[in-house]
Amino acid sequence: MTLLAQSQLQETFELNIGPQHPATHGVLRVKVIMDGEYIVKAEPVLGYIHRMHEKMGENRTWNQFWPNLGRLDYLSAIAYNHGYAGLLERAMGIEVPERAEYIRVITVELNRLQSHLLWFGAFILDLGGFTPLMYAFDEREQILDLLESVTGSRLTYCYFRFGGVYNDVDDDFITGTRAFIKRLRPQIPMYHDLVTKNVILMERLVDIGHISADMCRKYGATGPVLRGSGVNFDIRKNEPYSVYPELDFDVPVYHECDSMARYMVRMDEMEQSMRIIEQALDKMPDGPVKAEKAPKILKPPKGDYHFAVEAARGTFSMRTVSDATNTSYRMRLRSPTYSNLSLFEEASRGMLLSDALAFMGSLDLVIPEMDR
Amino acid sequence: MSGYFSYLLNGIKSLAIGLKITNKEFLTRPITLQYPHESVKMAPRYRGHIELLMDSETGTHTCISCGMCQKGCPSNCITVKSKKVPGVKGKVLTAYILDFTTCSLCGQCVENCKPAAIDFSNEYNLASTRKEDFVFDLLQKLHPEGVPEPKVDPALLKKEQEKIEAAAKAAAEKKEAAAKAATEKEGEGGEKAEGKS
Ligand code: SF4
Ligand code: SF4
Repeated sequence: MTLLAQSQLQETFELNIGPQHPATHGVLRVKVIMDGEYIVKAEPVLGYIHRMHEKMGENRTWNQFWPNLGRLDYLSAIAYNHGYAGLLERAMGIEVPERAEYIRVITVELNRLQSHLLWFGAFILDLGGFTPLMYAFDEREQILDLLESVTGSRLTYCYFRFGGVYNDVDDDFITGTRAFIKRLRPQIPMYHDLVTKNVILMERLVDIGHISADMCRKYGATGPVLRGSGVNFDIRKNEPYSVYPELDFDVPVYHECDSMARYMVRMDEMEQSMRIIEQALDKMPDGPVKAEKAPKILKPPKGDYHFAVEAARGTFSMRTVSDATNTSYRMRLRSPTYSNLSLFEEASRGMLLSDALAFMGSLDLVIPEMDR
Repeated sequence: MSGYFSYLLNGIKSLAIGLKITNKEFLTRPITLQYPHESVKMAPRYRGHIELLMDSETGTHTCISCGMCQKGCPSNCITVKSKKVPGVKGKVLTAYILDFTTCSLCGQCVENCKPAAIDFSNEYNLASTRKEDFVFDLLQKLHPEGVPEPKVDPALLKKEQEKIEAAAKAAAEKKEAAAKAATEKEGEGGEKAEGKS
């Protein structure tokens, strides 16, 4: 309203996108003040699916909190499982058998591939192209089948346990994964031919949605958003955990800072994930998949613990304060897209509305995760 | 002007590449499954709702009604009901109620069960318009034709009966003693003692 008063000559109006809108992929509401087709101010409004996950972590026992981790970022739930497992293993000093760590890495990377494939399809759908979604989902379905054969679920995984994983992988899974990687690898250049090199896509992504590295730092953006702004930061390399140090992979970084850079980071990450999975399958030793000595009833010693993992959308970190009882005293979840969305307001100023929606797609938002 | 034409050319080129891929895919076999006529084979580990497992030796489940599954469940969706039957060791399961509407398929119950009496089923064809249809009695599901009577161990029954008799005798003796004391004391106190026993 103040804006209205300020500008007598120019007329602005308010537009609500969401909370039910296909481009916001969930119940995100964006209150936009528009000047014609241009955005004056875009304010994301959250809270439509707040479920008090942090509070639940404080009144459930440590084991009972497991299913919640599958319901934050439903697209890379296994990485969130990894975060929680790592947190308590650090707090209690539980040693994880090597085979379990390799299984974890393989499933997390499959999950990342799956998440990026879905993002790829949905992002192009946001831009108005329907066919790539079908191709991406064809591939994604294979991953879901593979993951289902080990974890038993297709989306809200609850597969990791403190000190290991729920059950071992079988030979079918290993051969199936190898066959799948062989199948996916030639698909990526096909995606590039079909989508990346398309002039319409380039028109809509190149030099649009500029996010500088400073803005990323200011809002705490991580993941492909940060790496698309030229900052080489990946928890898997910067604060190595699990068996990632033993695997050889690169962190794709692009310096263009635009929507295209973020797109390319994710496309390249798929290739890297495939490399990680292949190496992990080769290196996976035999042995138990669960620590023998992991206690059933957990009471981590008093203290303040923290553990971060690289989820598909950026750094997911968990922090807990334990008072040596069977529940947490304080549970804090830091999810990547909450920070990634925060910069939307600043970055979208002066943008065309249609570009802003493409820009939002390039941030890869998952609403249940920011709205915990 | 030349910019305009090269732009146009680029557009046509990327369109041609796109169409080539689409046409190639058009000629491949469709992967869609015609659902009601065909259905996907479920992975053996697929997590459907939990179920009591049939033990081929005893012809029934192996649940000991310890309630660990109920206690560990994060969603409070399990209710284990049991009773004591004379001549049977431990408690006998009378109902195992699962409220599947709130189950998060986490697997805590399966992990908590020492005798491995429960596991995930492969059931996925669940659809209904009524909420009550998702509250299952797993015991009934295991024995749709009626839950068999628990096997009574005669030796144990005899032992238990002896114990009960002994307890009854002891109680009677106590009562007698109390009555005696009451008559000695008289009045209200006596009535109270009577009531207590
Ligand atoms: S199902 Fe298992 S855990 Fe649950 S009451 Fe029976 S024996 Fe105990
Ligand atoms: S799977 Fe989890 S939520 Fe479901 S009944 Fe078992 S313990 Fe409860």
